[in-house]
Amino acid sequence: MIELNNVHKYFDQLHVLKGVTNRVHRGEVVVIIGPSGSGKSTLLRCINYLEEPTEGEIRVDGVKLNHSGTNINRVRQDVGMVFQSFNLFPHMSVTDNITLAPKKVRGVAEAEAKETALELLAKVGLSDKATAYPRQLSGGQQQRVAIARALAMRPRVLLFDEPTSALDPEMIGEVLDVMKALADDGMTMIVVSHEMGFAREVGDRVLFMDEGQIVEEGCPEELFSRPQNPRTQAFLSKIL
Amino acid sequence: MRLSDWLVLPEILPLMLSGLKVTVTITFFSVFTGLLIGTIVGLARLSRNRLLYILTTIYVEVIRGTPLMVQLFMTYYALPEIGIHLPPMIAGWVTFSVNSGAYVSEVVRAGIQSIDKGQMEAARSLGMSWGQSMRYVVLPQAFRNIMPPLGNEFIMLLKDSSLMSVIAVPEVMRYAGLMVGRKGGYALPIYATSGLLYLMLTLPLSMVVRRAERRLAKGD
Repeated sequence: MIELNNVHKYFDQLHVLKGVTNRVHRGEVVVIIGPSGSGKSTLLRCINYLEEPTEGEIRVDGVKLNHSGTNINRVRQDVGMVFQSFNLFPHMSVTDNITLAPKKVRGVAEAEAKETALELLAKVGLSDKATAYPRQLSGGQQQRVAIARALAMRPRVLLFDEPTSALDPEMIGEVLDVMKALADDGMTMIVVSHEMGFAREVGDRVLFMDEGQIVEEGCPEELFSRPQNPRTQAFLSKIL
Repeated sequence: MRLSDWLVLPEILPLMLSGLKVTVTITFFSVFTGLLIGTIVGLARLSRNRLLYILTTIYVEVIRGTPLMVQLFMTYYALPEIGIHLPPMIAGWVTFSVNSGAYVSEVVRAGIQSIDKGQMEAARSLGMSWGQSMRYVVLPQAFRNIMPPLGNEFIMLLKDSSLMSVIAVPEVMRYAGLMVGRKGGYALPIYATSGLLYLMLTLPLSMVVRRAERRLAKGD
């Protein structure tokens, strides 16, 4: 459902993505790993067009993103994103954070949006925080609200940009558990992460990126146990 | 000066108070339109559209670089020469709105820039348009942060409205000047009273501003 064809991205002179080609299928959980600066986050941000690819083609459900006729707001409704720094709206309650976009973008009625929000909060284990404000929540709780907020738009794919990197260690588990549950529900997910345990357990496929390219890919078992490329081997030996 | 000069007070006070009503009214309306202009121009100055950016930058620089008095005279005395006649109150309101808009736009621009980029990205990633993201996510936070400077702008405007006396707007200083002229004296009680009337308004306002500043500093 997501196709990347020879995607390049330059930031001025800096060549961040050097021809990335890949395909993500419906229901697949793809984990992107790699050293910092390898272009993982940039690639993810290209998929919902927070970054504009300089060259190449990105299609979501067949719709080409970098095309003048494409309504990018429409595409983004189906492509949810969870950020490293949560990015909850601090001036709104948890419920309002979740209901804002469904109400304003999808035109969902207040009562219905609220009901959905409460269901989603139950799903991420935060039913008691509906009226709280983001600053009253721990990092792990904030990230779970952010996931609920993304889910409220009923996206067809969820992008996770290092969702646990800003969390204290004891809170990482609660966020990963929610992500696991989503994967079990069949959600299509692309996850940039340093959580190798998660990649191994939940990922259908792991992409190893280095210097703006996908160097190696495979099922987690294969890639972690028998990495073929020397760069993958070097990276894994440092973190495992 | 004799102490008995102050006995003129009961005589002048009614007129001064009616002047005060005009001062407050015209300031209030100017603040409102100034805020409107300032927000639009502030957004335009952040726009990637070159023309919009250049036009609004010229506006801000011209207004901030010329005396308010000149702007007031342009509106009231120069515009009639090209066929635009505005009554004093309207001329004052228009001038002050346009003037305030330039200053407010800089405050609004800084306010928007103070909001983490992740807020806009999160809103956009949910499918909201740029306008919706601004309106529901970025601007409410930006305005909270700029309440203190906006309050100060409000106070400046209130005091500067005394300049409108030169185009015969019947506000506090207009009446003060008229009465000093008519009575041939009493400058001290009359101008002191004028000053006090402004102070009565600006003191509570600056207290509110200071409280807002403290609350923001606490990060609440």
